[in-house]
Amino acid sequence: MYWNKELECISEEQLKELQFQRLKNTVKMAYEKVPYYRKKFDEAGITPDDIKKLDDLRKIPFTSKADLREVYPFGMFASPLSEIVEIHMSSGTTGKPVVAGYTLNDIEIWGEVMARCLTMIGTTKNDIVQVAYGYGLFTGGFGVHYGARKIGCMIVPASAGNTRRQIEIMRDFGTTILACTPSYALYMAEVAQEMGIEPTTLKLKAGCFGAEMWTEAMRTEIEKRFGLNAYNIYGLTEIIGPGVAHECVEKKGFHVFEDHFIAEIIDPDTGDPLPEGKRGELVLTTITREGMPMLRFRTRDITSLIEGKCACGRTFNRIERIRGRTDDMIKVRGVMLFPYQIEQAILEVQGVEPHYQIVITRPQHLDEIEVMVEMSKETFSDEVKHIENLKKNLERRIEDIIGIRVKVTLVEPKTLPRSEGKAKRIIDKRSLNE
Amino acid sequence: MNKVYMISVFAENKPGRLERITKVLTEANINILAFSITSTNGFGVIKFMVNKWKEAFDLLKERGFTVSLNEAIGIEMKDQPGGLYEVVKILSSKGINIESASVYVAETRKRAYLIVEIEDTAKAMDILKGENLKFLNPEEIK
Amino acid sequence: MRFWDEETETLEKQKLRELQLERLRKTLRRIYQKVPHYRTKFQQANVKPEDIKHIEDVNKLPFTTKEDLYVDYPFGLVTLPLDKLIRLHTSSGTTGKPKAIFFSKKDINNSAELIARCLVMTGAQRGDILQNSMTYGLFTGAFVMHYGAEKVGILVIPAGPGNTERQINLMKDFGTTMLHITPSYALYMASVIYDKGIDPRRDLKLKRAYLGAEPYSEETRKKIEDMLGIDIYNCYGLTEMNGPGVGFECKYKAGLHIWEDNFLMEIINPDTGEPLPDGEIGELVLTTLNREAMPLVRYRTRDLTRIISESCKCGRTHKRISRILGRSDDMFIVKGVNIFPQQIEQVLMSIKGVAQNYQIVLESYDEMTVKVEIDRELFDGRIEKLVRMKEEIVDKIRSTTMVKPKVELLEPGTLPISEGKAKRVIDNRTI
Repeated sequence: MYWNKELECISEEQLKELQFQRLKNTVKMAYEKVPYYRKKFDEAGITPDDIKKLDDLRKIPFTSKADLREVYPFGMFASPLSEIVEIHMSSGTTGKPVVAGYTLNDIEIWGEVMARCLTMIGTTKNDIVQVAYGYGLFTGGFGVHYGARKIGCMIVPASAGNTRRQIEIMRDFGTTILACTPSYALYMAEVAQEMGIEPTTLKLKAGCFGAEMWTEAMRTEIEKRFGLNAYNIYGLTEIIGPGVAHECVEKKGFHVFEDHFIAEIIDPDTGDPLPEGKRGELVLTTITREGMPMLRFRTRDITSLIEGKCACGRTFNRIERIRGRTDDMIKVRGVMLFPYQIEQAILEVQGVEPHYQIVITRPQHLDEIEVMVEMSKETFSDEVKHIENLKKNLERRIEDIIGIRVKVTLVEPKTLPRSEGKAKRIIDKRSLNE
Repeated sequence: MNKVYMISVFAENKPGRLERITKVLTEANINILAFSITSTNGFGVIKFMVNKWKEAFDLLKERGFTVSLNEAIGIEMKDQPGGLYEVVKILSSKGINIESASVYVAETRKRAYLIVEIEDTAKAMDILKGENLKFLNPEEIK
Repeated sequence: MRFWDEETETLEKQKLRELQLERLRKTLRRIYQKVPHYRTKFQQANVKPEDIKHIEDVNKLPFTTKEDLYVDYPFGLVTLPLDKLIRLHTSSGTTGKPKAIFFSKKDINNSAELIARCLVMTGAQRGDILQNSMTYGLFTGAFVMHYGAEKVGILVIPAGPGNTERQINLMKDFGTTMLHITPSYALYMASVIYDKGIDPRRDLKLKRAYLGAEPYSEETRKKIEDMLGIDIYNCYGLTEMNGPGVGFECKYKAGLHIWEDNFLMEIINPDTGEPLPDGEIGELVLTTLNREAMPLVRYRTRDLTRIISESCKCGRTHKRISRILGRSDDMFIVKGVNIFPQQIEQVLMSIKGVAQNYQIVLESYDEMTVKVEIDRELFDGRIEKLVRMKEEIVDKIRSTTMVKPKVELLEPGTLPISEGKAKRVIDNRTI
């Protein structure tokens, strides 16, 4: 099933032509309206006129998360604020978050690509779509919502959490499509069983899972537990949110919606382009966004390109499952987390030392974060009640910053391993790669 | 080997709770031999070993306290450095998990008992039978 | 811009009544035809849609109560096939299941239209930046406001609640001009702003805030207005009636205009069901006049208020109601979420180890503490068991009510014994 067959099955030549026209317009707009891009172009000694063919994309300098930070909050916007109707955010590499601004037209495009994703896995307006991604500044909930709205599905905007309620809703309303993080799906299956509801008796037929890394083994498990088809979705706030790429029923890679986004794979160290099939860093360029055009954005996600037509009939190139990161970002419950964020909280609270370790586990399919922090000598010899308060304080501060509840364990002074060079701050005990 | 009994009383973390309980025991002329308090945010459980446990249990219950009677084992330890360590080492080597513990000093500076509550008293007693341990005889505390 | 839809908002009173009658009759014909439960109710009351010849005839119609929402659950009162429904929202019910309200595309669009009127009525316009600090999800609050603001062309920051630090940074960095927020959270946020040494008049660009979802006093409004140097407007709504945007204050802040072209309002004596004249305090009863998917007739909101019938200086002809003065049932609101004591009771009944007596204590900044006595007979001296039980109570209440409570385990006999109707809810909040 296609949402937009004409474009999803476009011929290679037509696509190249369309991409080139759109790229030219985007580059021109970025150069004229975003001083930061103009500066980068000037430094690289190019102008929009140098983009004479699609391959000239490679002349354009990369955009990194650090660039976005430098122009926080609105510096990357190519439309005036009065035209921006919505803002979303995700964590940045340090301090300031990444801001994405959308015009009404951008929201339309977002709805369009998400409608394609959902249709690709068999969703029609007769379906009941339960959106269990978080809504808010996070793009997950809204993205799926806009796509389902375009199709005309009945949306259950459940947001994340309140698992028992989610399951009751699935049962009572006959939810057919579930959208959430894969680990949350597994957790729901478990809770359903605890509630005496056999997950396979629910009416779910497909799921749109993403926002964190997961494995083929997890897919098999989710499919078995619910008796549904589980599909991968890919996206990121800087580009548009979810809906950059999605798996079709063949489950052999995610189709990138190339009429809106151009994907390249580069060597993360040299920046050189890599051929099809070689793993490297995914670089994305938006070619229709108005609010915030993104030129050659370095996603830090590691994957490879699969070229050529797919058995599903779509001509868009695919990327394989995300294999890792080129930086120290970790995703927990679908939320991006950088170690510095936790460090910031620790530095603000009196009574602990800046020696810490973050342990991530997935005891019952749901990610748990434990932050081990060394107490100061004075704290260590203090009353238990005081230590208890300190722990609570720290938990609250960290939750304030990262938006996720963590467990803090205070350990005796000088018990955590000391860093030699780059500290090993994160112990990730989840098995996320095959 | 004989079992001893601990009395557990539920108490909110508020001033005067311990006083109320001990007053009842004092008035009935019941002697507290060992006791411990475990508390968490908001509430706690106070545990006693007394000379007349059956009487104490009935009395506290009658007075409206939330009380339970739990089996325990008393293991002798030397009242000197390393005394506790010796006993605990044996228990942990046998995989016996202590759920709660208190100390009964029978003769100051000489003889003390570690009173432990464990999940399965009978099983633990069985396991510990062959060890070189001395156990508290309930007759001794009556 | 003074009006979003000037013609409708200032429609002459007589014409407004005619429009109401026309829409009421259309709604009645629709539900009589398509909703078996309504047809049965009408037949029992011996009334047919044709019997409604004047707007006053509305009191011949039976009331709809929250119990009616559970008949043929969940689709019992819906008039459209599933492929025409595009949204589900829920709100707390007294039984284990939430009330389920369904919307068609037209309904969603219409709810946004009403919010657009509300926002413009308070001076908001394109170029404003709205920080939406209500919860997005099954609640209507955040979504309806979001769509309405989008309609006006206002920039929306979908912040959601919580994360106060980030909320304040958003205000600073983006120059937020308007907030949509619950009163208790607004008060908390204002105090944090002060604690951080931020001068809202100098460092922030806030102009106004829309406070709703829970009752608060005129004093609280003044206090927050003074602290933040802004105008605060009262908004009223309920999930059963679209969510926010049923009633909204205009610049004069003297009562909330109810959009009478969309809702027919009555005030009744909650005990007898008899209509009360304008000006008297009673229970607000609402009929949807412009809803497609799930029209509701004479829905008993349980909210106590009175009608202000004098015309308003702003020029709008739609009647106003006073701020909500209380409830005619025992529902209470925490963090913008409706909660019935029965929900808590059901949770406690499902847990082994606690007795049946309980008390709910509400404190400022919306802390909900559930005090419960432990079961004397099931106490076995193990503290871990009690700790686990306490955690289970917290989790279950949280998943039932969507609000995380504090739970206190008490010695048996500590709570007052209930004689007849026990005082289950102690509200110590000053808001």
